[in-house]
Amino acid sequence: MHADDRVVQDTDPLRPTQGRGGPAVGSWVWLPTETLQPLIDVLRTDGMRVIGPQVADGAVVYRDLAEAGDLPVGWIDEQDGGHYRLQHDPEAGFFDHVVGPHSLKNFLFPARETIGHFLREDGTWRQVEDLPEEPPLAVIGVRGCDLAGLAIQDRVFLGGEAVDPGYHRRRESLFLVAVNCRRAAATCFCHSTGCGPAASAGFDLCLTEFPGRFACEVGSERGAAVLAKLQEKVPLIACTDSERAAAAEQSERLEQAMHARQRVAGEPAPRSLNTEGIRDLLYDNLEHPRWEEVATRCLSCTNCTLVCPTCFCSSVSEVADLSGDAVQRERHWASCFTLDHARMHGTSVRSSTASRYRQWLTHKLAGWIDQFGTSGCTGCGRCITWCPVGIDITEEVAAIRATSPHDEGA
Amino acid sequence: MHAEKRPQSKPRLAVYKFASCDGCQLQLLDACGRLLELAERVEIAQFLEASSRVDPGPYDVGIVEGSISTAEDRERIQQVRRDCRFLVTIGACATSGGIQALRNWGQIDEFVASVYASPATIDALATSTPIADHVPVDFELRGCPVDPGQLLDLITSLLLGRRPRVPSESVCAECKRRGTVCVAVAQGIPCLGPVTQAGCGAICPAHDRECFGCYGPAEATNLVSLTTFYEKRGTPRERLTKLVRGINGYAPAFREESDRLESADSMRARP
Ligand code: SF4
Ligand code: SF4
Ligand code: SF4
Ligand code: SF4
Repeated sequence: MHADDRVVQDTDPLRPTQGRGGPAVGSWVWLPTETLQPLIDVLRTDGMRVIGPQVADGAVVYRDLAEAGDLPVGWIDEQDGGHYRLQHDPEAGFFDHVVGPHSLKNFLFPARETIGHFLREDGTWRQVEDLPEEPPLAVIGVRGCDLAGLAIQDRVFLGGEAVDPGYHRRRESLFLVAVNCRRAAATCFCHSTGCGPAASAGFDLCLTEFPGRFACEVGSERGAAVLAKLQEKVPLIACTDSERAAAAEQSERLEQAMHARQRVAGEPAPRSLNTEGIRDLLYDNLEHPRWEEVATRCLSCTNCTLVCPTCFCSSVSEVADLSGDAVQRERHWASCFTLDHARMHGTSVRSSTASRYRQWLTHKLAGWIDQFGTSGCTGCGRCITWCPVGIDITEEVAAIRATSPHDEGA
Repeated sequence: MHAEKRPQSKPRLAVYKFASCDGCQLQLLDACGRLLELAERVEIAQFLEASSRVDPGPYDVGIVEGSISTAEDRERIQQVRRDCRFLVTIGACATSGGIQALRNWGQIDEFVASVYASPATIDALATSTPIADHVPVDFELRGCPVDPGQLLDLITSLLLGRRPRVPSESVCAECKRRGTVCVAVAQGIPCLGPVTQAGCGAICPAHDRECFGCYGPAEATNLVSLTTFYEKRGTPRERLTKLVRGINGYAPAFREESDRLESADSMRARP
């Protein structure tokens, strides 16, 4: 923590924070659970579209959020390969569910987007600038793995020479209220990837849940400004140093517990991923028999790629009206699991399922390191849960590692 | 439809019906606003669902709905093929034999006797088969019924001479783009989406029920893996056989799988 903050905190930790700017960046305040509604109101009054987790159709999904009462308080999710069930738990707080099928990707890199509109008049094409204005987004409840996924997509869409304008626009104005996980699903393996369970950076505000209240860390000037407005409605109490430590400890305890998780008969197996030397491990095993084995189970259905918070492939088509004089340029999510994705001159260069699964896994865990300087996997476990036949990225890597002809330790 | 003479240069379109419910032709009619636009660009020479006028062939494009279900149909399709430069088939009946192909697994006489008041008046083949089993087909548009957008895209593509924009991916891709929560994963409902070709926009899962394969098998499928997984999760084999043997049950990939499930079933039933 920064020295300045400590001075402010230490002078009078229990004094309500004051001043135009509200609590400073890096400081912590208590938000009683009743302040969630005024927080949502402040964000909405600021003209933001507020998104938050809610129970719908048997899962916790991201949806437009106006009422704090719609948050999934009292719900937890059991997750396993191809399996997701909500369970009511009277002990569970607002955010004791973990990640559902949706991620920030659904909002920043939407599944379908019109990226251009063209008209032909007197034989000349003209681009029409009529793309709709979108309000800035505020997302409540994002996890460490979500923030890591966002940082990876930032590199993809903003990091190179070609910046994606839509993503850029939405990303610039994005307001994030993160949550430190208190609980992990069996499919979560952020402890292996270093992406969680704590939300360490990249948020505007970050909540750690305690009974009846949240310890809220201020992560940015925008976060501070929002709290300053909130403070006009409700008095905010600063967290003491020991309270801050208790919040940090909560995340550390979960992380340690994740490292120590053991398989319990009759319960979903806890996942972990050994990432050591993973790039070379995969590149050295492009002909491993495991690719054929997983192909006997894989359906090429694309679910894993579309739920993955970092997968970024898309396909663009020009959709013309019958006259051919008005064209919409539409972009939609695509996947390396389809034959179309690698179709060139009428034939697919990745015609076998084995080659497509290998493409996905080696790109995600090895190719990304070369391409973007980071693994493409945050350990969120979505691809495991939402694969209709429960194919498990951690199990596939472990199987290759266990029998790698190139791995000395094998 | 106008009665006045159309310029000779307009492509001539004919729509035919074989054994079917007319639902696919209705999709063409339903796209009414755009149909008028279409009528400007093509001469609709035969479309009995819309007009009783039939102008004689040959035609540039023939659109066929329905399966081959009678001896008479079997003859008629040969002439249709001779009359049309491009022949495209639309819907589950025309592309896989349709729901009426369920009789391919049974005894035609028993079906006829149980369904019709005077079975003697029925003259049907023992099987219902797709058009492509009888004549070469230039393009098959799947769906039960077909999607009006895809149908118009197909016709536009034929007019412009480009490849129709019809997805070959699975229904799951549309389901995920739509943001639907997977009914298979979150509710344990056996869903055919992963092995079914996209096109419908994943309507059924969005209404809390499984995909039952209206668009037929996806280009890359693995039915054995999917049904094996569902069976392990507790769906009885009999229910899986019925699920796969549905509207597109006679499409080769679905047919093989329901036969496999059934034969494995009868093998298991043996002591
Ligand atoms: S992967 Fe980690 S950060 Fe993500 S939801 Fe699970 S425990 Fe939380
Ligand atoms: S590969 Fe799987 S576990 Fe890793 S980020 Fe993507 S969905 Fe999450
Ligand atoms: S790994 Fe699973 S989710 Fe991914 S394409 Fe294969 S079957 Fe579908
Ligand atoms: S509900 Fe069906 S179509 Fe949708 S993702 Fe699940 S398996 Fe696929």
